[in-house]
Amino acid sequence: MGILDKEFTESNIIITKFDDLMNWARLSSLWQMTFGLACCAIEMMATSASHYDFDRFGVIPRPSPRQADIIIISGTVTLKMALRIKRLYEQMPEPKYVISMGSCATCGGPYWNHGYHVLKGIDRVIPVDVYVPGCPPRPEALLEGLLKLQEKIRNESHVKKQV
Amino acid sequence: MTTTEILEILKEKFSVEQFEIQSNIGGEILIVPSNVLLDLCFFLRDDERLAFDSLMNLSGVDLADGEKKKLEDGSFEIVGGHLATYYHLHSFKHNHKLTLKVLLPRENPVVPSVERVWRSADWHEREAYDLFGIVFEGHHNLKRILLPDDWDGYPLRKDYKVQEFYQGMKVPY
Repeated sequence: MGILDKEFTESNIIITKFDDLMNWARLSSLWQMTFGLACCAIEMMATSASHYDFDRFGVIPRPSPRQADIIIISGTVTLKMALRIKRLYEQMPEPKYVISMGSCATCGGPYWNHGYHVLKGIDRVIPVDVYVPGCPPRPEALLEGLLKLQEKIRNESHVKKQV
Repeated sequence: MTTTEILEILKEKFSVEQFEIQSNIGGEILIVPSNVLLDLCFFLRDDERLAFDSLMNLSGVDLADGEKKKLEDGSFEIVGGHLATYYHLHSFKHNHKLTLKVLLPRENPVVPSVERVWRSADWHEREAYDLFGIVFEGHHNLKRILLPDDWDGYPLRKDYKVQEFYQGMKVPY
């Protein structure tokens, strides 16, 4: 989209579309809620750590739902936890995004049949923007999921009516 | 000390006809009736020669030895038979072990709590209550430990049926 493509070099003025500016700001600083559930959380932490460095995409952990933009459901969601996740999600301010990380969060994973205590997909409780497959997904896969989410945010509109 | 030798010592205080030794892979198990369990456990702990000062593990088991009744929806229900509790004891003093087993009727699985004997039984008994519905009489705080308080049924029983909905969330796939 090129936010800097119409730059007036002398006078410090940038001309761009409102949507582009807002979307660029949003997608460049997605603060994720500090929240992990199972082995996927280990991969998520590895993604945050220096080798894969989530921070270069503007993702930093924020230990409060009220200051977070994105929640990564990283692991098996038990029914007991699902109620708490729903509450955390409701406490997050708009706009908020959800990444469902790994098989468990997406559809119950290996617990789909005999896991009497497992929620078979977090999308039964909260809306999901991006599903990342894997068991657990490698950090590269989570990064890909984040890039997909950024792509989605980039095409949002604040002016046009949402269908 | 072997289970047979321990039984010899128990003869002094208990009528041993009510006990039974069951040979099993990994050792012998002493089957005891639930009405003497508490006295027996205190004796096992306090007697100098036995000195079982540690309850390593306490678990519930569904033996599923009752009559299986088919229900209309294809699932089954077990009527009669037994649940059981196992107690794995260890003595740090003498470094010997003992396994106790108590058979409980499935319809009314009540067993005295040994929480007063070994404090480690507290959470173990709550777990067995949570997943098998075994009631430990005399436990100071017998409530679910893993599942939410409003959970329906006891999941580790062989005839457990998954609830259709939990708090508005669909449970089956």
